[in-house]
Amino acid sequence: MTERNRELAYLVAVGALTGLGFASVYIARQAVVGWSSLTYAAFFVGLYLAAHLIARFTVPHADPYLLPMTGFLTAAGLTEIYRLQPSDAFKQGLWIVIGVAVFALALITLRHDYRVLESYKYLFGVGAIALLFLPRLPGLGETVNGARLWVHAGPFQLQPGELSKIFMVIFLAGYLREKREVLAQGRLKDLGPLLVIWAATMLVLVATNDLGSALLYFGIFLAMMYIATGRLSFVLVGLGLFLAGGYVADRKIPHVHERVVNWLHPWTSHKVFCPLSGTLALRQDCQSYQEVKSLYSIANGGFGGTGLGKGTFTTPNGTPLIPDVKTDFIFSALAQELGLIGISAILLVFMVFVARGMRIALRVDDGFSKLLAAGLTFGFALQAFTIVGGIDRIIPLTGITLPFISYGGSSIVANFLLLAGLLLVSNRANT
Amino acid sequence: MNRRISKVALVALILLASLIVATTYWQTWATGGLAAREDNEIQRVAQFTIDRGKIFAANGKTILATNVKRKSKDGQTLYFRTYPGHDLASNVVGYSTQSRSRTGIERQENSYLTGSNADLGTILDTVGDRLKGTTIKGNSLVLTIRPGVQWLAQKLLRGKCGAAVLLDPRTGAVDAMASSPGYDPNLIEQPDGYAKVQATKSPCPPEPAAPLLNRATQGLFPPGSTFKTITAAAALDDHVYKPDSTFYDPGYCTEYGKQVKNALDQNGPEAYGTVNFVEAYQHSINAVFCKIGMALGAKRVLEEAKKFGFYSVPPLETPSDARSASGLYENGKLFDPTTSKGFSRVDPGRLAFGQDKMLATPLQMALVASTIANGGIQMRPTLIQKVLSPGGSVIKRLHPHVLRVATSRSTAGAIKNMMVEVVQAGTGTQAQIPGVVVAGKTGTAETCSCNTVYDAWFIFFAPADHPVVAGAVVVENQNNGFGGAIAAPIAKQLMQAILPTASKANP
Repeated sequence: MTERNRELAYLVAVGALTGLGFASVYIARQAVVGWSSLTYAAFFVGLYLAAHLIARFTVPHADPYLLPMTGFLTAAGLTEIYRLQPSDAFKQGLWIVIGVAVFALALITLRHDYRVLESYKYLFGVGAIALLFLPRLPGLGETVNGARLWVHAGPFQLQPGELSKIFMVIFLAGYLREKREVLAQGRLKDLGPLLVIWAATMLVLVATNDLGSALLYFGIFLAMMYIATGRLSFVLVGLGLFLAGGYVADRKIPHVHERVVNWLHPWTSHKVFCPLSGTLALRQDCQSYQEVKSLYSIANGGFGGTGLGKGTFTTPNGTPLIPDVKTDFIFSALAQELGLIGISAILLVFMVFVARGMRIALRVDDGFSKLLAAGLTFGFALQAFTIVGGIDRIIPLTGITLPFISYGGSSIVANFLLLAGLLLVSNRANT
Repeated sequence: MNRRISKVALVALILLASLIVATTYWQTWATGGLAAREDNEIQRVAQFTIDRGKIFAANGKTILATNVKRKSKDGQTLYFRTYPGHDLASNVVGYSTQSRSRTGIERQENSYLTGSNADLGTILDTVGDRLKGTTIKGNSLVLTIRPGVQWLAQKLLRGKCGAAVLLDPRTGAVDAMASSPGYDPNLIEQPDGYAKVQATKSPCPPEPAAPLLNRATQGLFPPGSTFKTITAAAALDDHVYKPDSTFYDPGYCTEYGKQVKNALDQNGPEAYGTVNFVEAYQHSINAVFCKIGMALGAKRVLEEAKKFGFYSVPPLETPSDARSASGLYENGKLFDPTTSKGFSRVDPGRLAFGQDKMLATPLQMALVASTIANGGIQMRPTLIQKVLSPGGSVIKRLHPHVLRVATSRSTAGAIKNMMVEVVQAGTGTQAQIPGVVVAGKTGTAETCSCNTVYDAWFIFFAPADHPVVAGAVVVENQNNGFGGAIAAPIAKQLMQAILPTASKANP
């Protein structure tokens, strides 16, 4: 069986699953949801068949598993968003259409040789920083939950950071490919431009108050440096620097400190100062409200879950119980309805996606492609870890999206670009 | 480069695998703890989709708690609690509401009531219900509370502040547990209902009404002369005194150069002169117990109290924060001079007759009576007779369980004889029941320095030779209210309510 036929077979399976998912939401919530819900599934299958045809045409030898897995993850997210708020699912569906369009555009333009990107590496580097800096611009940026990550563009809200992540991987892949022998010698002057870029990125991140993105960018940077130079000392020094930076941020930036406190002690038995209301309150009723409610949601799922459409997210009269459940906490919603069995399956799909991505990096023969595929894949894995690890209390919680699942256009579009990148490299590796 | 990519890949996969591990923790190990948290609204709301188990009284017929169905905005069927008995045993049953979480058995036994307990049969049932998409049904509880006795206890205490606890000394099964003033749990969910309940007028000013307080297990009262039972047990266990040891009662006892007078529920002359131990207990002579207390020392008396369960929270199927440990209290906190230095703060003479910082719950004093009744062996008190599956089969039946051995059979026997004397010709004659030998001890505890307002106590068991019921009654803040006159008649009626049927069952 050729790669593309295999891809088609898996997509059919994903399509069937999607249909099942929407059907169970429909059955569980007939009172509020109509038959139209099932048209989502049909539309969804059509969309992915289109994506498949484009892949068949542009990257015939690419990895056959990545697109069906993307389909599975976006379907899981869309179903859950639909279950939570049908009107948002329509918007998310539109974003997936745009995502697929961007994916198609990227595949078509770069189908002959994506390595032309390498010659624009500095442009991507500057672009990455510029994108990160956008939310700081007065009149354009907006603060959500204490972090400045959003940009207003007409009716849209965008998170430029999502795109910036991909630009940064392209820049690092190009730069490190060129300079890796020199860098491996560890002379400070060779590290100059890199440190400048890194410091600039960090500065912007501090300015936007976003610890999660800082972790993400820095992790990608370290992983790619290690792959390029093979010097473990870079990684160790880098991790030390990051921990020191995190410590200073904890001491100096109230927003970051709050996150750390919520992480370590989400529950208090006596009342403490609540900065939101300025009065005394139990921490779980104030600062760590989100973290704690999301854990309650996960725990309510237990082993088998409540079943799609049967979870509890509102009180009987409709007041929401979990804040930001569609975006940052979509994982908690899925964990409640699908249970440990279902959410582990989703996390395993993330793992297989990462394994396939890394396999592409191993199989392709040129340095730029290796770094690109490995960087994109590691970024994908680290982003999932940063948000879910935050929800699961492995690390402090930061507001970042769960790739392909969370509600939000910028994230969907950026991750479709990531997918396009991996498929392009994979196609090259297999021909 | 490939070896390094493999290493990075490994790190990425380990990071993601750690998410599965952490999620497993939150969805298996941690679920019980999280579900029990007060602020867990999701759990609170989610549990209304469960057809919660009913709560029955001991006869298996009287329903104390059941459900009414209602549709939510989402079209889900929700089950809300209703309490057909209104205030009947509400201090024990508690409530389960959306607005104010849960209390009482509704909270402590939530896992049975919601079918989320770990019994294999229940797990299979609920998984089956989930797969079929049908409503999950909880397990029902049959309590040990006898509705008739409970109703009578609440009736007798109406208009007063106080509590009554009756239990079977052989099994620890609680027959009745009343706390007055009570409340109607149906009110809690109504608009302003909680405030209304809180605003209940106090029948015992200046004490607050506190209707949500389960006085039987949470209320702390100076035990007064009922505590002489402990002092007597300590004296007899040590063989320092025998029932026929004689004492001279001058009408007072000198402690720290001050005279402690005979008073309170003692009847008869102010000074008895020469009496034996039985007579001293029978007439509740403070001067004699004051001397015994000083001879034994506070440490010894407290050690004896601990053997009867003081200084530990008595086990029961209500939330632990709704039960208090009995013992010495200072500034509202339990303190133990045997472990921390502080004997200078305890007055052994006054401790011996249950004053001087000693506070006890009615449940604890009922356990003291029940232990004497059961030959020194204290049975674990329990409120739940059995747990029933939704189909009605018995999942769990509670078996009597020895909690502790408090004293020897001979000491218990000697004290029993003293308690019989109290009812026959002592301070507790008002508890006499024709044809039944009743054992008891009165208590009249000072609650202020005004010498006119007392907490009236009576602890008891019957029939003395083969006890089927033991218990404690306390009535708070009674003007010139002596234990023998206020609490003993209530105890008598409660014993009578139990005795006929019980003696038929146990010839």
